[in-house]
Amino acid sequence: MGKHVVAAAADLPQGSRKRIEAEGRVIAVFNVRGEYFAINDRCPHEGGSLCTGRLSALTVSKVPGSYEWTREDEFIRCPWHGWEFDLRTGRSVCDPKTMRVRLYDVHVEHGEELVAEKTLVAETFPVRVEDDYVVIEI
Amino acid sequence: MPLASEDKSIDCPIDCPIDCDVHPTVPGMMALLPYLDPHWQEQVTDRGILSLDSIAYPPNLDFTVRRDLRAKGLDLAGMQDAVFGRWGAGQAILNCIYGVQMVHNADMGVAFTRALNDWIKAQWLDRDPRLAASIVLPMQDTPACLEELDRLGSNRQFVQALVLANGEEPYGKRQYWPIWEKLEKLNLPLGIHAGSSYHNPVTTLGWTNYYIEDYAAQTFGFQAQLANLVTEGVFVKYPQLKVVLIESGVTWLPGFIWRLAKFWRGVRREVPWVDRPPGDIIRDNVRMTIQPLDAPDEANALQKAIDQIQSEDFLLYASDYPHLRFEGDDVMPPNIPDSLHRKIMIDNPRATYKRLADMQTDLVGVR
Repeated sequence: MGKHVVAAAADLPQGSRKRIEAEGRVIAVFNVRGEYFAINDRCPHEGGSLCTGRLSALTVSKVPGSYEWTREDEFIRCPWHGWEFDLRTGRSVCDPKTMRVRLYDVHVEHGEELVAEKTLVAETFPVRVEDDYVVIEI
Repeated sequence: MPLASEDKSIDCPIDCPIDCDVHPTVPGMMALLPYLDPHWQEQVTDRGILSLDSIAYPPNLDFTVRRDLRAKGLDLAGMQDAVFGRWGAGQAILNCIYGVQMVHNADMGVAFTRALNDWIKAQWLDRDPRLAASIVLPMQDTPACLEELDRLGSNRQFVQALVLANGEEPYGKRQYWPIWEKLEKLNLPLGIHAGSSYHNPVTTLGWTNYYIEDYAAQTFGFQAQLANLVTEGVFVKYPQLKVVLIESGVTWLPGFIWRLAKFWRGVRREVPWVDRPPGDIIRDNVRMTIQPLDAPDEANALQKAIDQIQSEDFLLYASDYPHLRFEGDDVMPPNIPDSLHRKIMIDNPRATYKRLADMQTDLVGVR
């Protein structure tokens, strides 16, 4: 249990993603239009790496032949079999009740706070007090 | 296996088996002449159209007509003797398979189909209140299908509309939606029966030579129709529409559902209106008749397939009279679990064909 620095915020700009290992887990972190999402990297279907998947929208339809493009880039599509997962809930689109990926809390913290807290598990790069960092909590 | 009607807990006619696939035999085009208007009567006689036979169901093959049934005669009395007498059904649904779908001239096809429906009504339905029938649809012409449903759909003797597994186009296509809309309104299931208009080859490979291939390949047509109805969204648009696959075989279905569901999970984005697994949709909207089952004879061999379909409401009793599906009078195949007999013979048909319940009430009133 603890906080882990994923990256300096400047190094995870909008539209980018990063796969990190922490406490024996592999976690995929996404920056979608300035909003961060962190999920288990391993697809619960067959184990594909979700971090290497394609971000996509959800097309919804009320009647056959109608297509409504919603929530652009808020779903990650597994590169292996195309299963989609909602980055906000972790639930799959095809089987939302039983098939889901774990979500992690992810946010930005200022370097100064991080240094002051001293709760950080050892990271592989130095935290500078004047910068912002993307942090996940496990 | 004893007949369900011999079971003391089952009381005719309200609690008798419902035979969901009985085939009346059209003696030939001459039988339909009285139901055609003069123009088409002249076309039939001038062209010398004696019958509308195809490679399907070769009329003199013992497989098409059981010898003992042929000997009894394939008329109303012969059918009554087998279906209601020896096999103990209380009601039966007539699905008339005659080559009207093969006719390329749409006007002629429509005229022949109307005549066929009128012949079924006059020669069968009006002569036995235990009989119901399917309205044969002239699929050469969608507006004509609507007219035929306007003409006959309010007649409670008709409990279903009938098309063949292999027609002009897949049935999920939108040009057919007005027909499905009307069926839903009329509370008539769509029966899809083995057979072909032969306007397309029965296999996707092209034309084959032999009857055995033609008959075995029917399941491909059923599979393609089922996938098409689901993916085109017919059951999203018309959620109350029931489709009954008749003489389709049964045991191919679980594997096909698996395949469809598996690919839906990965590529469902192109059909976003299909918002739940295809198997769930099929369980809600589709039914199958039990002849043929395509399963080995040992006891309970079908249980696994039923478990995989995950529904005991799915199968409907059918003798497939007069086709050769079984010898003697054991109408329920030995591989169907006993515990499902009542559901398959009575409850499931009744739930599927709502109009039959009204007819049962009338029959009880007569008694």
